[in-house]
Amino acid sequence: MEGSGVGGSESGSMSTVSREDNMVVSSEDSSCPDESDLELGLGLSLGGKTGGFKMHQLSKGGQFARILTAKDLPSVISAASPSSSSSSSSSSLSRANVTAGTKRTADSVAAANGSSQVVGWPPIRAYRMNSMVNQEKNMATEGFNSTMVNHKSETSMVEKTTAGIGKYQNNGNIKLRKSLFVKVNMDGIPIGRKVDLNAHESYEKLAKTLEDMFLKTTSSVNPVGSMTLELGVMKKITRPSKLLDGSSDFVLTYEDKEGDWMLVGDVPWEMFLSSVKRLRIMRTSEATGLAPQLQERNQRQRSKHN
Amino acid sequence: MQKKVACSFPDEVLEHVFSFIQSDKDRNAVSMVCKSWYEIERWCRRKIFIGNCYAVSPRMVIRRFPKVRSIELKGKPHFADFNLVPDGWGGYVLPWIAEMAGAYPWLEEIRLKRMVVTDECLELIAKSFKNFKVLVLFSCEGFSTDGLAAIAASCMNLRELDLRDSDVDDLGGHWLSHFPETYTSLVSLNSSCLGSDEVSLSALERLVGRCTNLRTLRLNRAVPLDKIANILGRAPQLVDFGTGTYGADLQSDVFSSLAGAFSSCKELRSLSGFWDVVPAYLPAIYPVCSRLTSLNLSYVTIQSPDLVKLLRHCPSLQRLLVLDYIEDSGLEALSSSCKDLQELRVFPSDPFGEEPNVSLTEQGLVSVCLACPKLQSVLYFCRRMSNVALVTIAQNCPNLTRFRLCIIEPRTADFLTLEPLDVGFGAIVEHCKDLRRLSLSGLLTDRVFEYIGRYAKKLEMLSVAFAGESDLGLHHVLSGCESLRKLEIRDCPFGDKALLANASKLETMRSLWMSSCAVSFGACKLLGQKMPRLNVEVIDESGPPDSRPDSCPVDKLYIYRSVAGPRFDMPPFVWTMDEDSALQVHALHVAEYNRKPDWIGVGTYEESIQGLRAKMPFVLYLAELSNTSQCSSQPLLSGDTTLTPPRPLLRLPIETLESDDKTQRSKEGKYMIKMRYSMNPTICFEIRPISTRSFPGV
Repeated sequence: MEGSGVGGSESGSMSTVSREDNMVVSSEDSSCPDESDLELGLGLSLGGKTGGFKMHQLSKGGQFARILTAKDLPSVISAASPSSSSSSSSSSLSRANVTAGTKRTADSVAAANGSSQVVGWPPIRAYRMNSMVNQEKNMATEGFNSTMVNHKSETSMVEKTTAGIGKYQNNGNIKLRKSLFVKVNMDGIPIGRKVDLNAHESYEKLAKTLEDMFLKTTSSVNPVGSMTLELGVMKKITRPSKLLDGSSDFVLTYEDKEGDWMLVGDVPWEMFLSSVKRLRIMRTSEATGLAPQLQERNQRQRSKHN
Repeated sequence: MQKKVACSFPDEVLEHVFSFIQSDKDRNAVSMVCKSWYEIERWCRRKIFIGNCYAVSPRMVIRRFPKVRSIELKGKPHFADFNLVPDGWGGYVLPWIAEMAGAYPWLEEIRLKRMVVTDECLELIAKSFKNFKVLVLFSCEGFSTDGLAAIAASCMNLRELDLRDSDVDDLGGHWLSHFPETYTSLVSLNSSCLGSDEVSLSALERLVGRCTNLRTLRLNRAVPLDKIANILGRAPQLVDFGTGTYGADLQSDVFSSLAGAFSSCKELRSLSGFWDVVPAYLPAIYPVCSRLTSLNLSYVTIQSPDLVKLLRHCPSLQRLLVLDYIEDSGLEALSSSCKDLQELRVFPSDPFGEEPNVSLTEQGLVSVCLACPKLQSVLYFCRRMSNVALVTIAQNCPNLTRFRLCIIEPRTADFLTLEPLDVGFGAIVEHCKDLRRLSLSGLLTDRVFEYIGRYAKKLEMLSVAFAGESDLGLHHVLSGCESLRKLEIRDCPFGDKALLANASKLETMRSLWMSSCAVSFGACKLLGQKMPRLNVEVIDESGPPDSRPDSCPVDKLYIYRSVAGPRFDMPPFVWTMDEDSALQVHALHVAEYNRKPDWIGVGTYEESIQGLRAKMPFVLYLAELSNTSQCSSQPLLSGDTTLTPPRPLLRLPIETLESDDKTQRSKEGKYMIKMRYSMNPTICFEIRPISTRSFPGV
């Protein structure tokens, strides 16, 4: 079962929904409750303070405002399950929910991340994360031992601390991995996006995410109720294209720590992660400084595919 | 007829009386007494706090309060701090600055939190407000040190410049040298967030030296340890000091001058910074420790014994931020040394590790709560908790006003009993009657929300993650928490029922955030249609929600009350549920023009603008599609559709479409128009050559 717990799945008769029903997870796509279940009317909960609600009958047409009472919703206190079994079932279901929640989060931001991961948990501000990461980098590069007085306990402290805060970097823990968000801009599109590099394991995955993000087909761009780029604009760049192999009008570049713009894909992925500052999807025609690299790579790719 | 007594007071008397009323709540109450008090009050209100920049428009604020001197604005939802709000969501301050530039020439103070500030905004501030004194940019982004240079150069009366935790494009420290040599009014400078390795030390030292009223100075990391002594020597009157990097090769002369500099700072009460700490240098601060009331060691990666050694020197400490290296033993020692402790924040050193790397458990927090009777504010990251610990905390610290507990693994049960932590948090809300802010974690059922709804009557902000079982949980909170202003929820099984049943409650709150929950798109639309004073915004990066069935859950939902109507600066992945949300079209059509060499058609713009239903004045710039980072500096059009009839649009020659003289560009091709007050493209026009030239006269 995938997806997160759905509170809205209920039977038409409004019998008390069991806890299991509420905790049952449903797939996002296939088992969304159909229209007839959504008979909830909107009621002014003016009786909130006194707790006095009235319940009205609902016609099929759903024309009357419907106000829910506590009777409609299951009472946790009266639920019979003994605490030990409920906790074990809740913990196993909680595992499912965590993964489910994870999965759903992943599904919904699949375009951005492309892997199962809980974004923003634990709730540590991005500013603090960045500061801790920068501290580690400094400690790693500055040869810490030379600054220490010859003191045994302090040396062992050093080892322990570097090991400790080393974990602010990517440590391979799938569930709670540190994010490495970098900005991505594409020529011709004024809104930049951010993508989590640590959520991708390879250049191919990253390119796929970026292609989904920036080079969508027109069918997924719907102007109704949203501010979107004009359809005509999108039509121009919807040909399926690969950013990495030179067959697109665009090429993927990144700015590294030294401020140079480089073609993405030349160095090993881990090395790329440690030096990338931000990404830019550049028009091939403008990638003049990178042209020799580009041509060379195109030739290499083409010969590979032949 | 007898005249009422109130009318016999001259306005000046009432105004004088009102001047003693500073709090916003009281001011608001005063303004509701009667019409004349409303009028008097609005003319003498000097300070405005707007907790959600989209709840009201700049125009409305200016219309009601014409003489404001100080404004505070907040933009993005709190969960933006944890990367849950996608980039480009909004929170632009430029429209506010632009309006206030004209309306409040005597504005002195601007405080912003989680807003997008550009260099253009900063330049506008520098240019427009002659008596500008205070700029606080808390967790803001979008600007660079060039913008700061503009502020430094122009604002002769600047007293406070605080860039707390902002994301600044740091192009080097030269902005500091833009403070003129004659400028001496600085009282507070916090540039600790600047990330470049370059800093202009000489400019900094000179600035510090000549600003004799400097009380707060928080340096950025680039300032080396061996320069601190020099800086402190020039500012012995400092009350609040943040070091830069606090690590270097140990040299005794550096150490002694550092210690000497600290000891000459008799007024120092607060210390922070301490990046890259070399423990051997910590004793240099011992001379000031006995007077310290606030200490931020949250970047100090040293072990518990050394932390304890330091803390034993700080008996007056009221506020401590520290990493979990302090461990239970360190917190125990803290509780015996620092009896005046009011605020404690313990951050995780290894949040993503599966196993604990330090010996910090619930015991540390309990020992502090048992021994520090003045404790009011707690932020604690740990890996295990028990109901009995929470009950102990609740009973011993009834004065808690802020309690934020983060058990790192979601849905962790009571480690002793394996039960949910409902009872423990229930005790917190029951005993801590003044609790204003609460963050939950661990394994929690609907029961904890029942307790919260029943007891937490003063609760203003609640953060919930991975908790609850059904809509009943949300219902308890919405129906029971009378003072609730902000509610943020993630990854909880809350759906439509509670939300719809408590819709009117949402109008009494500032905002509600729900992400990865189970609220359906249909419910969002319903809410948006039925509640015109709520903005219901759906954030979904995977595509428009109406491409899926109404019953499908939305990814992220942000609901806030507003008197300004729906906003128009949303990025493509945010949809607002409006009365006519099915009809609202923001993208405009490609227009054909009769191309005269010197002007663009107007008729089509009018149709387009009416389609846009802009509710604020706008100015349109034109930028070529391929080079949208540069906008033409001349406005192409301006209009005001709030007026009836709409003010006619200006026309400018096509020559001004050129945004960059250097490149060759044909006048055909696609152009994109940006709304001046937003960074989003709203209109795209195609300019094609047509021979006929007939235009409606405008």
